[in-house]
Amino acid sequence: MGMTMTQKILAHHAGLDSVVPGQLVMAKLDLVLANDITAPVAIKEFEKAGLTSVFHKDKIVLVMDHFCPNKDIKAAEQAMISRNFSKKHGITHFFDVGEMGIEHALLPEKGLVKPGDLVIGADSHTCTYGALNAFSTGVGSTDMAAGMATGEAWFKVPDAIKVELSGTLPPYVTGKDVILHLIGKIGVDGALYQSLEFMGEGVRSLSIDDRLTISNMAIEAGAKNGIFPFDEVTKEYLKDKVTSYTTYAPDEDATYSQCVSIHLSELKPTVSFPHLPENTKTPEEFGEIKIHQVVIGSCTNGRLSDLRQAYEILNGKKVHPDVRCIIIPATQKIYLEAMEQGYLKAFIEAGAVVSTPTCGPCLGGHMGILAAGERCVATTNRNFVGRMGHTDSEVYLASPYVAAQSAVDGILSCPLKFA
Amino acid sequence: MIFGTVHKYGDNVDTDVIIPARYLNTSDPEELKQHCMEDIDKEFVQKVTPGDVIVAEKNFGCGSSREHAPIAIKASGISLVVAKSFARIFYRNAINIGLPIVECSEAVDHIQSGDTVSCDLEKGVLTIENKGLTFSIPPFPKEIQAIIEKGGLLASIKGE
Repeated sequence: MGMTMTQKILAHHAGLDSVVPGQLVMAKLDLVLANDITAPVAIKEFEKAGLTSVFHKDKIVLVMDHFCPNKDIKAAEQAMISRNFSKKHGITHFFDVGEMGIEHALLPEKGLVKPGDLVIGADSHTCTYGALNAFSTGVGSTDMAAGMATGEAWFKVPDAIKVELSGTLPPYVTGKDVILHLIGKIGVDGALYQSLEFMGEGVRSLSIDDRLTISNMAIEAGAKNGIFPFDEVTKEYLKDKVTSYTTYAPDEDATYSQCVSIHLSELKPTVSFPHLPENTKTPEEFGEIKIHQVVIGSCTNGRLSDLRQAYEILNGKKVHPDVRCIIIPATQKIYLEAMEQGYLKAFIEAGAVVSTPTCGPCLGGHMGILAAGERCVATTNRNFVGRMGHTDSEVYLASPYVAAQSAVDGILSCPLKFA
Repeated sequence: MIFGTVHKYGDNVDTDVIIPARYLNTSDPEELKQHCMEDIDKEFVQKVTPGDVIVAEKNFGCGSSREHAPIAIKASGISLVVAKSFARIFYRNAINIGLPIVECSEAVDHIQSGDTVSCDLEKGVLTIENKGLTFSIPPFPKEIQAIIEKGGLLASIKGE
């Protein structure tokens, strides 16, 4: 029986010629990741179990990104647990304030993930690296602790949904709109226990940043992972970052539980209304929704191309007086490039604030918490009840184009007047 | 043998409402349990008693990978979570920390808040005591069963 990209990577790492959906396998890990919130739980479990050494000090990545720079005393104490553990075990890839960025933007940028890798991370958006033809998935802290100790983890081989992409995206429509459209179509549990396998001639028109955004939100459809094939675009992105790697293409006779077709050319700016990512609407359905805050950033949309999109809208304009616009470059490198390109100057002159890299407001941690009754348009990934603050606040998920235009207009809006 | 009163919720109970991120600056189960289910059911912490059971519709535990969610539920005294389906990371986390979970759509359709349920995980039987209804629950795969029997994932790898 033919295998999907995901099944092939799992089989290879389990030392098997082939695997079938539903099979439980023990697989070798190329990388194990955690952040300042999930690592302390893993470290405590690791030490409680009497484990004394990590499987490979170069294959563990710890990123202090969620509540860092430390937001309060307790957060500072949590981060200290990771700092001490990294020193004690000589963890090579420990990223603290000054070097850190939002983990899922940072790892690809640093060349720490390559095609064919098997990556687990104690963060649900670890699925981001599927964009690079890797298998990567989110796990909890205990799985992460076991992975740090043994370099292995158990996996149930997933069934797959084929997402067939055709055409090219219209102006002002982005990877974010593709993934929100897909989640709207299949629902927040539409891909539960399954992999999303993106294929078709439409893939080649998507930049790596678009693909990273799409794979990033695979979890929002309940998927185990979301994976793209390797092509010239991937090769070009990786050329200065990694040297040798193995790529995986699906077999002709691979089987899929269902096939979803998306014609990129027909997509419109898409927004997820409160309180689920599946509640998607396009501009003609927006109505007049007054907003109070805009957040542009996160592991979903905090890369340089996202900031460029925000710049295209905000340059020479003013943020609406009733809106707080918070822009967060995802890594130090992106921050610096955005400065060199003149984006940051334009943002500040428009009346936006620019923050150091952090996950901050995305999960209601710090740097932009909402009061009761407030509404935010955010380029983040979740709009659950209370996600960004008070349980009576609302989050609208959107692309950087939509978020930036909304910041100017003071209502949920989009650059082209589709309505 | 599990025996307790039911607290029932709907579809897509996410980990942000199980334990809001504003409390993730600690990983202490005793602190986390004080905010368990806070953003979906403010009275949960006052009304939960040891042994109680959470029952929900589909996709329970969706969203973040935070293990703080099953930790908070377990620390608050919940002895079992029954749902039509679980988000996969929550499913793994619950097994890894030793919080019993069961997928049983038929039972969920018949259970209401306030019902009393019992569950024998070894025999694979779930009973709604006050309604006299019994359901069979499918066994875990043997690899998963081994993790549960050894008392969680880390205990199981240490035993190897």
